[in-house]
Amino acid sequence: MSSTVATRYPEVWRKRTPRESAIQWAWMVAVAVAAVWSVSALDIEWAFFLDAHEQAADLIDRMWPPSWSYLPVILEPLVETIHIATLGTAVALVLSVPIAFLAARNTAANGFTWAVGRAILVGSRSVNTIIWGLLFVAIFGPGPLAGILAVAARSVGFLAKLVAEAIEEADRGPIEAIEATGASTLQVYLVGVLPQVMPVLIGTTVYRWDINVRESSVLGFVGAGGIGLYLYASINQFAWQQVLVVLSAILLIVIASEAVSAWIRGRIS
Amino acid sequence: MSAVAAPTRWRPPPFFGTRTRQNLVWALAIGYLVWSVATLHIDTKRALAGFGRALDLFARMIPPDFMRWELLVKGMVESLQMAIASTLVGVVLSVPLGIAAARNLSPKPVYVAARGLIVAGRTFHEVIIAIFFVKLFGFGPVAGLLTLAFASMIFLGKMLAEDIENIREGPVEAIRATGASFGQVFVYGVLPQVLSRQTGTTIYRLDANVRHSTVVGIVGAGGIGHTLSASFSRYDYDFAAAILLSIAALVALGEWFSDWVRRRMR
Amino acid sequence: MATAAAPAAAGAGPLLAIEGLSKVYPGGTRALDGVTFRVERPEVVAIIGSSGAGKSTLIRCINRLVEPTSGSVRLSGLDLVSLSPRELRAARRRIGMIFQEFNLVDRLTVMENILSGRLGAVGFLAAWLRRYPPRDVANAFAILDRVGLAGRHDSRADALSGGQRQRVGIGRALMQEPELLLVDEPTASLDPKTARQIMRLIRTLAEERATPALVNIHDVGLAQSFADRIIGLQGGRVVFDGAASGLTPEVLTTIYGDEDWSRTIRKDEDEEPEA
Ligand SMILES: Nc1ncnc2c1ncn2[C@@H]1O[C@H](COP(=O)(O)OP(=O)(O)O)[C@@H](O)[C@H]1O
Ligand SMILES: [Mg+2]
Repeated sequence: MSSTVATRYPEVWRKRTPRESAIQWAWMVAVAVAAVWSVSALDIEWAFFLDAHEQAADLIDRMWPPSWSYLPVILEPLVETIHIATLGTAVALVLSVPIAFLAARNTAANGFTWAVGRAILVGSRSVNTIIWGLLFVAIFGPGPLAGILAVAARSVGFLAKLVAEAIEEADRGPIEAIEATGASTLQVYLVGVLPQVMPVLIGTTVYRWDINVRESSVLGFVGAGGIGLYLYASINQFAWQQVLVVLSAILLIVIASEAVSAWIRGRIS
Repeated sequence: MSAVAAPTRWRPPPFFGTRTRQNLVWALAIGYLVWSVATLHIDTKRALAGFGRALDLFARMIPPDFMRWELLVKGMVESLQMAIASTLVGVVLSVPLGIAAARNLSPKPVYVAARGLIVAGRTFHEVIIAIFFVKLFGFGPVAGLLTLAFASMIFLGKMLAEDIENIREGPVEAIRATGASFGQVFVYGVLPQVLSRQTGTTIYRLDANVRHSTVVGIVGAGGIGHTLSASFSRYDYDFAAAILLSIAALVALGEWFSDWVRRRMR
Repeated sequence: MATAAAPAAAGAGPLLAIEGLSKVYPGGTRALDGVTFRVERPEVVAIIGSSGAGKSTLIRCINRLVEPTSGSVRLSGLDLVSLSPRELRAARRRIGMIFQEFNLVDRLTVMENILSGRLGAVGFLAAWLRRYPPRDVANAFAILDRVGLAGRHDSRADALSGGQRQRVGIGRALMQEPELLLVDEPTASLDPKTARQIMRLIRTLAEERATPALVNIHDVGLAQSFADRIIGLQGGRVVFDGAASGLTPEVLTTIYGDEDWSRTIRKDEDEEPEA
């Protein structure tokens, strides 16, 4: 029976047509080329890898035991870190609503205001929080104010983008009904659109706040306030036992803020 | 005249459930604002002076100085290389991590260990991880590469584990029933169910790595970030402006590329 | 008739012998309680019983997708319960399985799903690169033809109708050239007409290949029409084991509880002309 099977049915089957496999090969070659180019040009000193594990073990060794006496010192900067995240997020929340209305296709007054709105979105999102920090430290001097503004500058684009998307997807029905009552444009936005995007606005704000706590933990590296300054200083003084205390404190606030954020988002959805 | 007088006062139902709760929320918000601003040690005089300085700063930033383009290009290329290399390393490492952290594929102790690594790894900002790699591997792009590879491994591993936990169990059971080995069960029963989403996530991560590659240099881990912070500390603002514009362009390009690929994949 | 499924060495034992098989789930549910029966010749055995009676557990304990708590399962004399993981995989190759929800890998093609029946026999790399021996490929095309899906090999599994998907599921099991077929509610996700077609296909294929089949089924009518023998389960115990013709209202009452069974039991063999 198997011999008749063998003569009657094809013995070759390929998952892909020649064209498809050619495309697949092209992709694999492209990835391989990218890999070789990116790694080879980085000038990697492979010798460092040989004793890295010893170095790491040594580092951990020197961190132990944590010097808990440092904890009272970092309590205030720890609270400051959370303040920076919270106030920065609050500023971003207030600014993001008008910008979202500018940047949403269906609420932009005209092509020009839409372009302005989009430009703010792209500009805000393309620069990292810590780089915004660098800029604001240069302007307002070192301290938490620069940190708050940095957080706000990065978050405003994040919030406005998602809110603008929600505005574009808002239900037309209620908006038309309000327009039909003779309401002004601003009234239509306030009564017809804003309530529809409110859940998105609150949800993303809480979510971004949680990200911002993490971001604020490093703003001190560029002088923009918070716990980061103490981490950086301890590392540069080779005070590894303090470093462990700072790291534990950061771990605590980041995990706590993640839990709080998840809890709030769970309640509003 | 109607028998029952209609109320003349109406206020919308409170957003936070009851009116007392609504008021409480407002009171808390205002109280927090006062408390936090009061304790923040904001140097008001310096802050007010800042508005004047901002104008001055912008004046010095314009026009951006692209004369030292060789330094600029070198830093940008290094950032891009770190981003690509770290994504590739990260995606390879994320597969075992993702499998280990999927409840439905891994034994309990392995699962717990992998989840622990993910929680710990996600907590710390890339820049913090970068400092440690700088301490271990010296200044330069290797530290940046390892930082971003580590962060990518954690992120992609977490996403993969969640996807694997949400797959349909039936096909996996069916493949197992044919006598397939663990590797074969993964390749036939699991991989086809998660591959396209995971590819999208990887592209997204490449975009994120481009962003992060521009900042790890601030602590000496290679890329354009180092050039940028150096130019700020030398008050070399017109060069800094050129770098900022280039970073914004690269990041916007990365985001556009990532959106384009993911849209095409669907 | 094909002899692919001839039993191993003569005298090695019955095709399938189950003794004192019990399963207690971690929650404490005793799903099987001392199940004992034998299958000595190629026949279609329907396992009936109300939902929760332990039918799926029984079938899954045979190829150890569910680990039995105690008892033995012998396939031509080989005790499956005591096998190491590696040996178990080898034994699973000899047992084909068909599922209620078809359990195809949706994003793979029909051909890949059929060929996955050979995974136990090919290496990891061959499986990954989809390079199967020519004999397997030819056999897969023959099976596709046999289950009525000729020409559909490059369709994606999720593009097929329910009946077609179950045909692929059957094809995957046949691809293993199994000594035993385990079939768990093959028709519960199908409409009545397709259900009969699928049951008939399973019956015919089992006969053609002289392969015994254990079929879980909750439809008493279908069980009577297509099975040689019926095992009734109730609360994890065997409460009936006999010829399909022996299914009387009294028996059904012991299996399912009180009900008027006179209209359920089929008096005549069905003879609708179907594929
Ligand atoms: N994975 C499981 N964990 C715990 N209990 C289970 C599990 N699977 C099935 N059971 C229980 O075992 C009993 C038998 O189930 P099952 O074998 O699926 O019956 P049937 O297929 O006859 O409907 C039921 O009480 C069911 O709730
Ligand atoms: Mg069942």
